[in-house]
Amino acid sequence: MLILNCPCCGITAEETEFHAGGEAHLKRFGPESSNEDFENYLFMRQNPKGVHLERWRHNNGCGKWFHAARCTMTLEVFGTYSAQTYEPPKEICDIISAKRPGWSWGAFS
Amino acid sequence: MKRYSAFAIAREAARYHSGWERAWRAPEPKAKYDVIIIGAGGHGLATAYYLGKNFGITNVAIIEKGWLGGGNTGRNTTIIRSNYLQDPSAAIYEKSRSLYETMSQDLNYNVMFSPRGVIMLAQTHHEVRGYQRTAHANALQGVPTEWINPRRVKELCPIINLEGPRYPVLGGLWQARGGTARHDAVAWGYARACSDMGMDVIQQCEVTNIRREAGKVVGVDTTKGAIDCDKLGIVVAGHSGDLANMAGFRLPLESVALQALVSEPIKPAMDVVIMANTVHGYLSQSDKGEMVIGGGTDGYNNYTQRGSFHHVEETVRALNETFPMLSRLKMLRQWGGIVDVTGDRSPILSKTPVDGVFINCGWGTGGFKAIPGSGWAMAELMAKGHSPLTDEFGMERFIEGRFIDESVAAGVAH
Repeated sequence: MLILNCPCCGITAEETEFHAGGEAHLKRFGPESSNEDFENYLFMRQNPKGVHLERWRHNNGCGKWFHAARCTMTLEVFGTYSAQTYEPPKEICDIISAKRPGWSWGAFS
Repeated sequence: MKRYSAFAIAREAARYHSGWERAWRAPEPKAKYDVIIIGAGGHGLATAYYLGKNFGITNVAIIEKGWLGGGNTGRNTTIIRSNYLQDPSAAIYEKSRSLYETMSQDLNYNVMFSPRGVIMLAQTHHEVRGYQRTAHANALQGVPTEWINPRRVKELCPIINLEGPRYPVLGGLWQARGGTARHDAVAWGYARACSDMGMDVIQQCEVTNIRREAGKVVGVDTTKGAIDCDKLGIVVAGHSGDLANMAGFRLPLESVALQALVSEPIKPAMDVVIMANTVHGYLSQSDKGEMVIGGGTDGYNNYTQRGSFHHVEETVRALNETFPMLSRLKMLRQWGGIVDVTGDRSPILSKTPVDGVFINCGWGTGGFKAIPGSGWAMAELMAKGHSPLTDEFGMERFIEGRFIDESVAAGVAH
């Protein structure tokens, strides 16, 4: 069972209070984009073994969205951070680097 | 290979069962094969079997990281049905279901196919409309199913409670020719038949790299050394994304955990399969008497082959309302498998950007029922370059917007 901390309201709770929202930092492509970009945005996913950056919503709490960094092989949660960002903050990256040296996820590492 | 038969049992009984031979060989890999299949689960073994049986291609290796049938083939709830909404789905799943009917004879291996009938319960008005639509679609596809009323559901399954306050039973979609089979036996039967045709089933052999030259596959590197091949089939369910990475392309998949559990064995209480998609619960009684219960998926990416406890609780709680007698049962075992889910909840059987590499994945939460049909179609795809059963399931459908949308068709729980 995952324990997550909501960075919006500060509450730490287990996963039944939250709802997973899939991969984070997807770049949105809309009208006028190429077919490849649109396919990437809609369907293609990193689906990594290891570090995964993902969206969560505090469904049964403040209702707000946030991001989490988690390992899909061990279910370890490295940390959570605000959804109002295009990239994971440095302190989250440092935590991940300490535990998973050489990690990469999409454009981030 | 010595055939299994009543005579063989009598013969062995007379000599203390000393004459049974190994069901399949345990060979070391050769330097080169015509075809390598990665993944010795049901789908991979079935692909190899039909390559040999239908196309005479027997210089084949099936390589497996763990043990034969140890992934989702050994972790599912063994339900077989073909009552899907979309025509391409109905075609491949009905092919599969019909192959199950003669599988024990074909393989000379008892897979214990039990066409006991499957009811998909309608517990909301939305589901009533959805399943009536599916019944009409199935009639056009030549798949015998029917919409049945609650009284008939009760006749078929007397232990059901129709009057649940939250989830009353409003009817069901009944497929009399659906049922269950012994999941391990399906993998073992195919492995034995493949081995008998001269194919090599190589276990404990992990693929670490897929070697390519000029956009074409030339072989794989494994923990048992390099093996060359002309064609490569990737049939690894939850780990497809990882293998696709090695081959240098991406897939529209996410891997999540799906759970199942069984109760203590009880006397025969239910001789049909019940699927209750509203509450994410599937129920059947095994030959040992255990109630076999399948649950829903966790919503997040996961490779650990274990899921969240609260999903088990939700499934059991909801099933208790519809099957009150379950409330006194102790649950014996619970486990998880990693399923690969696509955006439209339909599988991918496809050529890939790498010449000679074919992929069979994305069966998500419902792969067991498709094993023989999937293998049949994948073998044709690999041997001839296309198959009428796989034409619609190419990975290019996502960029072309040609979905086989079973996710809104309620043919699949999600």
